[in-house]
Amino acid sequence: MTAATAQTLPADWRDFFALTKPRVMSLVIFTGLCGMLAAPGQINPVIGFTAILCIALGAGGAAALNQWWEADLDAGMTRTSKRPIPAGRMQRNDARDFGIVLSISSVLVMGLGVGWLAASILLVSILYYAVVYTIWLKPRTPQNIVIGGGAGAFPPMIGWVAVTGDITLMPVLLFSIIFMWTPPHFWALALFIKSDYAKVGIPMMPVVSGQASTRKQILVYSILLMPVAAAPWFIGGTGAIYGVCAIVLSFIFLGLSFPVAIRRSEDGDAMKPEKRLFAFSIIYLFALFGILVADRVATQLGLIV
Amino acid sequence: MTPEELAEFRRRQKSRNLALGGLLVFFALLFYAITIVRMGD
Repeated sequence: MTAATAQTLPADWRDFFALTKPRVMSLVIFTGLCGMLAAPGQINPVIGFTAILCIALGAGGAAALNQWWEADLDAGMTRTSKRPIPAGRMQRNDARDFGIVLSISSVLVMGLGVGWLAASILLVSILYYAVVYTIWLKPRTPQNIVIGGGAGAFPPMIGWVAVTGDITLMPVLLFSIIFMWTPPHFWALALFIKSDYAKVGIPMMPVVSGQASTRKQILVYSILLMPVAAAPWFIGGTGAIYGVCAIVLSFIFLGLSFPVAIRRSEDGDAMKPEKRLFAFSIIYLFALFGILVADRVATQLGLIV
Repeated sequence: MTPEELAEFRRRQKSRNLALGGLLVFFALLFYAITIVRMGD
């Protein structure tokens, strides 16, 4: 089959699914669900399911719009060149339309089924990722991840607001945890794939400011992450189970950031400390939010005060 | 379009139609469930 014929064929449904970045979505669904389960109050399971579905659809829509806009850049990077648009399995405009439909429908269903405050935050998160991050900041500033990382921080806040119907300090703290976590998580990745970003001209921190500055900033954010992660316990929003685990996990995070901060890589470097930090950062977030829910359940059962 | 390409075209068309149909049925059921829950509020 020629490339031209492949372009005229209708895209497979699996390619539409791939556009939604399912692996990223799994983290979005998990943090959104944890935000919902950790919130004080009750939510009907059908409404709760609808809220999580809308968070997932919104994230998928934003991811599709991101791939529509960045199709040319994706084609130039090894990690992303097999995506549906650069690989020639899908028309670019199909991805755009799919992204718009997913985004609009997720906000409308959230508004009608769950509540308009949660829907408004969902809309902001989609615009934040698709416009502020993808179109505006990513190609312009090495701080793109810091500010744009806020987009990924919205799901637990949306999950919380879906239950309570208002914004208090706790959902803002959950937002702040992911906001602080994103730079060291992403820069660890950018350090060992920086050649790809340099090739397509994306001003990622290691490309623009160099390794030394990036490594120092990873450490700074890892230090800042610790009090933010423990803050829900300090303000009395969670019990000791969460507080102690948050501090222990944050110390491990800091411990893994330290070797990344003090070393310099050379050609042919296996980049093991960076890969270790990146891998742990994913475990860290899953564990932290999982423990947040466990703490809430333990409090409800009267196991802790 | 060669017969092989036509067969592939039909296969993809069918799989997309099935996926879309399934999605529509799912949302119809979801809206029904949301309506029932909201009526009880």
